[in-house]
Amino acid sequence: MSITQVHRRDFLRSISLSGTAFILGISSSKASEATEITNLSMPAERYNLSPYIVIEKSGKITLFNSKPEIGQGTYQSITALIAEELELSPDQYTIQQTGGEKQFGAAQFAGGSFSVRSSYFEMRKVGASAREMLLTAASKQWQVPVSDCFAAKGKIIHKPTGNSFTYGELVEKASTLEVPQNPTLKEAKDFKLLGKSIKRQDIPLKVAGKAVFGIDAHLPNMVYASIAHCPVFGATLKEVDKTETLKVAGVEQVMEVERVFGVYKSTGVAVIATNYWAALKGRKALKINWDYQHKDSFNSHEYTKTLHELAKNEGVQDASIGNFDEAYNSTSNKLEAFYETPFVSHSPMEAMNCTAHWTENNRLEIWTSTQVPSDVMRDIPIHFGLKTEDVTLHTAFSGGGFGRRLAIDFIIEAVNLTKVLKKPVKMIWTREDDTQLGPFRPPTFSALKGAISAEGKLVAFQHKVISPTIMAFLNPKNDKTQLDATMTEGISHQQYEIPNLKNLFVYADIHIPMFWWRSVTSSTLAFSHECFIDELAHAAGKDPMAFRLAMLTKDSDTKRLLHKLKEVSKWDSPLPKGKGRGVAQWEFFAGLGGHVVEVTKLSTNSVKIDKVYAVIDLGTVVNPDTVKAQVEGAVIMGITAAIKNGITFAEGKAEQSNFHDNPVLRINEVPQIEVHILAEGGKTIKGVGEPGLPPVAPALANAIFSATGIRVRKMPFDIDKLV
Amino acid sequence: MKKYTLTINNHKIQVEAEPDTPMLWVIRDYAGLKGTKFGCGMGLCGACTIHLNGQAVRSCQTPISSVQATSKITTIEGIASSVDHVVQQVWIEEQVPQCGYCQSGQIMSAVALLKANPNPSDEDIDSYMAGNICRCGTYVRIRKAIHTAAQELKSGKNKTVKSTR
Repeated sequence: MSITQVHRRDFLRSISLSGTAFILGISSSKASEATEITNLSMPAERYNLSPYIVIEKSGKITLFNSKPEIGQGTYQSITALIAEELELSPDQYTIQQTGGEKQFGAAQFAGGSFSVRSSYFEMRKVGASAREMLLTAASKQWQVPVSDCFAAKGKIIHKPTGNSFTYGELVEKASTLEVPQNPTLKEAKDFKLLGKSIKRQDIPLKVAGKAVFGIDAHLPNMVYASIAHCPVFGATLKEVDKTETLKVAGVEQVMEVERVFGVYKSTGVAVIATNYWAALKGRKALKINWDYQHKDSFNSHEYTKTLHELAKNEGVQDASIGNFDEAYNSTSNKLEAFYETPFVSHSPMEAMNCTAHWTENNRLEIWTSTQVPSDVMRDIPIHFGLKTEDVTLHTAFSGGGFGRRLAIDFIIEAVNLTKVLKKPVKMIWTREDDTQLGPFRPPTFSALKGAISAEGKLVAFQHKVISPTIMAFLNPKNDKTQLDATMTEGISHQQYEIPNLKNLFVYADIHIPMFWWRSVTSSTLAFSHECFIDELAHAAGKDPMAFRLAMLTKDSDTKRLLHKLKEVSKWDSPLPKGKGRGVAQWEFFAGLGGHVVEVTKLSTNSVKIDKVYAVIDLGTVVNPDTVKAQVEGAVIMGITAAIKNGITFAEGKAEQSNFHDNPVLRINEVPQIEVHILAEGGKTIKGVGEPGLPPVAPALANAIFSATGIRVRKMPFDIDKLV
Repeated sequence: MKKYTLTINNHKIQVEAEPDTPMLWVIRDYAGLKGTKFGCGMGLCGACTIHLNGQAVRSCQTPISSVQATSKITTIEGIASSVDHVVQQVWIEEQVPQCGYCQSGQIMSAVALLKANPNPSDEDIDSYMAGNICRCGTYVRIRKAIHTAAQELKSGKNKTVKSTR
């Protein structure tokens, strides 16, 4: 990484500067050198300058956030990394969200729980370089040693005299200085923002109804669009009768529109109107004849049978330690189990929508809630044959993302419409569209085997995953005979010391659109894996916590996490009769989390969830309160995924359509949640948004077993009617 | 199309719309107040909650033809009484929102709850707020914030804020 002063002529068109400004950013010609943090997957796309700090002569300071705010708090946490080193308090700067501009590179995305950990040192260095330059500028102005000066609250202060300059007053001088490449970063003990529960700057906007989400874009002469898609995946459009639609007051026209997502392409029918209600009414009046292409026979019941059948295949190897077959066959205390999980929808509160304007002179402007500004600015120009410089993206606040907004299918749809209309169009999916059209989180089925030695030790373990794959859906060239490691995520990377292990993967074909979902495959594989570990503990006659800890003899983050869970949940204190508790942990690409869930048995086959103790291991924490909020949210989303319907298919389409039949947890169903953060340093910084989710379902299922003796092996499960 | 006169946040506006147009779209696209959100279109999620004569209603289920010219419509942008103010402040204090999309509706419901029941129990909160979905899962904080707001209103911390009604 090299930190660079940005010349005004290079700078973004989106910001209008008043007079002289001091602009500091990152030159990423050596982007790989910036990866002081391990496990970063910074794409190697080349770019020139990322101007993250703009200080204007007037004193106005703008900090740029390249990680979209989808609820996870990057608006505060990313800019705080710069502000900490630059000695700014949260009210001294305005925040601008980047829109996929080339200068900010390919990492303008919110996904994989990467935002804070991938920015932690890089953003701080930018801030520290700016601070050092401002200090030098002031010392030169005063002709005093730099060591006599310090930065505080947007000012450089001369210690002996108490004289001060605001940053704005130093802009001209600072702009002429050489940029320090290895600025001194502050020590943690001096932090004023990092590691503290600083209030988020987006929240006052959000409680006043003033935060602008994608759906709030409003342009003069804008028209509205609603698109009828065929709910049967793989269908084609035969014919459409728009007679009645065109009679609806406010409807302007009806047009065909293509949706593109991975290998999936479909044609829908868009109704364009002067207002959205008219577009919806017009859509209802359409008479469409679809050709289902024989896909209307697809249903969940048959697909489940297919996956069970496929489980008989050996599959491809994910990992192997020792000799599983020999150890398994030579042990008498053996266990086998089969686990199932469903498709689920993302269901962010803000349904997919996009406002786009393709002008007469072939410039395109887009307003939307997206997790991937970089992808939008890479893919949209290619898809539509436009030059990148002719496309502008306005990244709005996202009304939830959870992975859904990593896809740009709905943006392509809106652009398809405005390309023909040549006027601004706001396209909004209904909740039904959002629920039924996918992409969905894929289901994973798991066949598990384990063998326990006479001493009660787990000596052989096998987790075979049978599932369709997201990668095969996204990439037509994907080799389906090879392992898709995204579908075996985490199963071979838990810290348990098991001498003989062989994990496998069996590919299952499907035509249903599937995609990343908060913690993705870990949200289903942790369930089967950690429930089966629990089954093995009971088969070994051991306490589930002790059984796990006995397999963690070496120091590890997982061991530390379980010890913390044991302590905060008072695991060793007996529970009153009729109550049960369960534990689970999961380590994967996003990080490490673990939960203890406590339930009360209400009848022989029903429970109530009382309390969730959550521990997340981070190494370093930027905003503890934001982390707690994320874990609370992940726990609630995890419970929804465990006990609510999920998506099932009949006659080729999703059987659910809105929140009545695809319910999410409501306030009256929420247990107590107690979150603990482990932030004891270390080499790696772990992610926040996802690790709180995977252990929820297994910890709950294990608690249910402890309270009722019922072993749940299929998600979703009805806690009022357990089987 | 029919002409309607509406009173939104104490402002009278003239609107020309089809009688079955839900107030949600009238408020957002005719009155230009974007704080009220579309979530489900079926009255299932509460993101579109507004006050109609002080009562919390789902604007996606309220056609414009059912609203009188004299009916008092209040949206998130228009709440200004002491209760509203305290609720918004407490929402910041407790850092309730994550993505924030449902929070206009949550706050409108919470204000209506506290006006009807200044001292709600956990059960009262659960039953009144069960109509408002939050996919980010901010429920724990919503519950806490409503209790805190009730406390502050009781202890008179809000006395410096004058009601505009």
